[in-house]
Amino acid sequence: MNVIAVIAKKDLLIEWRTRTLMARVVPFALLVLVMFAVALDSEPLLLRAAAGLVWLALLFSTMLVVQRSFDVETQDGVLDTLLACANPSRVFFGKATALFVQLFALGVVLVVGAVVLYGVAISGDRVVLLVTVVVSATGGLAVVGTLYGAVVANLIGRDSLLPLLVLPVLAPLLIAASRSTEAAFGSNTIDVANGWAWVGVLVVYAVVFGSAGALAFAPLTESDA
Amino acid sequence: MTSFVASGTAISLSGAVVALRGFPALAGVDMTIACGELVALRGGNGTGKSTLLRLCAGLVPLTRGQATVLDVELGKERAHVRHLVGLMGHRNGLYADLTARENVQFVANLVGATHADVDAALQRLGIDARVAATRVAALSAGQRRRTALAILVVRRAQLWLLDEPHAGLDAVAREELDVILRDATRSGATVVYATHEVDRPGLATPRTITLQGGRVVSDEQSLGRGTR
Amino acid sequence: MHDMTGTKTTRAIGIIALLVTAWVVISAFFITPADQVQGDSVRIMYAHVPTAWIAYLAFITTAIASGFSLARRHRTLGFDRVAGASAEVGVLFMALTLITGSLWGRLTWGTFWQWDPRLTTTLFLFVTYVGYLAVRRIDGDPRQRARRSSVIALLAVLEIPLVHFSVVLWRSLHQEASVLNPDGDVRLDGLMLFTLFSGVAAFTLIFAWLVIHRQRLMALADLDRVVGLDAAISARRAEGIGSAAT
Repeated sequence: MNVIAVIAKKDLLIEWRTRTLMARVVPFALLVLVMFAVALDSEPLLLRAAAGLVWLALLFSTMLVVQRSFDVETQDGVLDTLLACANPSRVFFGKATALFVQLFALGVVLVVGAVVLYGVAISGDRVVLLVTVVVSATGGLAVVGTLYGAVVANLIGRDSLLPLLVLPVLAPLLIAASRSTEAAFGSNTIDVANGWAWVGVLVVYAVVFGSAGALAFAPLTESDA
Repeated sequence: MTSFVASGTAISLSGAVVALRGFPALAGVDMTIACGELVALRGGNGTGKSTLLRLCAGLVPLTRGQATVLDVELGKERAHVRHLVGLMGHRNGLYADLTARENVQFVANLVGATHADVDAALQRLGIDARVAATRVAALSAGQRRRTALAILVVRRAQLWLLDEPHAGLDAVAREELDVILRDATRSGATVVYATHEVDRPGLATPRTITLQGGRVVSDEQSLGRGTR
Repeated sequence: MHDMTGTKTTRAIGIIALLVTAWVVISAFFITPADQVQGDSVRIMYAHVPTAWIAYLAFITTAIASGFSLARRHRTLGFDRVAGASAEVGVLFMALTLITGSLWGRLTWGTFWQWDPRLTTTLFLFVTYVGYLAVRRIDGDPRQRARRSSVIALLAVLEIPLVHFSVVLWRSLHQEASVLNPDGDVRLDGLMLFTLFSGVAAFTLIFAWLVIHRQRLMALADLDRVVGLDAAISARRAEGIGSAAT
């Protein structure tokens, strides 16, 4: 059986058993959307900013999901067994795949949240763009999250270190995802053609960090002590 | 199952020094263990037992001396030994939210073992259907140990390195563990386990190596009950 | 065993750096003309442009040293020290770039910050390196720390161009009257240009001096640990002798 699929399935099985994502992260993400509304206090502003806010909420939620993904591995020292049985780059792709599935689900929830809470209206011809954006951006989030999650796994104080490391790296993704989602939500500044250009940036980003992650996982998971 | 190691030697250390952040946890270990042996590693806290096991598992670098495990030279390519060796440390390496069977099945899928292999491993370790279907979080220490060992079986690890596997087990569980370990050597694996305890009745280990100050101070072959 | 990290080379570098810096300061403040549009506030350029250059030089140095640290197993820690020293000095210069850039903008245009690509990318570079230094500060085996830091430094090489590119695209969406880059409109005559290059040279020398000293300090700290190994081994073995029972 494909090792990557085996690892991804295992992560998703654990998620299914514990319902961490559904019970904790989804409510958190929706809560963030609500908090934005409370803080910004202006419906026109919310509507205009909806795309960016959705991606901000997803970025913050990603921190939680990534921490959880690696906590599962480091809790009982399973990571050592995993690395003894499988190639590091396969472990990387396996965990990134599972992360992708979870973040995609979260992304869908947040878009629905934006429609409901912020009054975003998505016309039929822009749905394809929207779906493509969510898929490609989530892909980038998954690989970067897995990579940096491994960097801080097992470190004391990692909860505060992960955001510091990961958010600057995610800046291009945030910019590209927000702009293209603005186009998908029907903004005046950005037309659909531009939106697709930003999707290009997202794809390049995901490919670059996907490859980098696969290469970096071996040195990162070597043991010296 | 015959041993696949050409030289027939599982572990060969000569003057092995392992310095962790300047401190020589191992200060010149000389040791030779042939394939299929069952060896107890004794010594108090801080004598280097855990480091020795981790060295043989390829997890710490060799600072000085020679070390060859399963025909892999640790000085040059210790990463290669990782998949041949099964290290069971103080933690079990199990996913708490999966059942015992799922844990073993997961590793089986990674290494390409079959369902039958999983069943065989569970049976050999005395894990019945009920325990196998229980989440690891709900299992006792002894049951978790056995699950971890079942994973070593399914991985076909040629060398078992166990760090104080008897700790936290009651007398009955310890007896059962001893049987399992001897059983493993009969299938061709080499088993080295670290233990705190002085010789006690029931523990019939042919060979005991004692560490102190990061070196081997005694290597006794007990002529007692049971041959290898 | 040295108790000072200075050598002939660093003294030479240090003296030249001082002389060139003195020249730059005199020239920048007293000799070069003020700009037609900006007036005297253009003089900040002589500080801002060189610090920006050094910020990126430090970034590249850390990246190259990290690459070698990963590739060369025997010299891992040596290269890692250079990477770390360069990052520490680099972060300082990145902060200076941001501060001088911010001041310049304030004096010229009245605002402390512009979301222009160069300042924004430098800001991200700064934060990235603060993160890198935070990772280095984590206690642990030096080799593991070296590997972890090296990976992050190399990932930053991927990250920074991507950030810059995205920010450029992003800001191009906003049709601003002029890209508020103070050095965009400055007309540089011969003397100003020469002073600018001297500034770059001076700061490069200062950078080199700081990095060499810093990584030597790190090396001395590590040396203490290695030299003691034989003594430590004997002490360790002695633990075995004395207590007969096990």
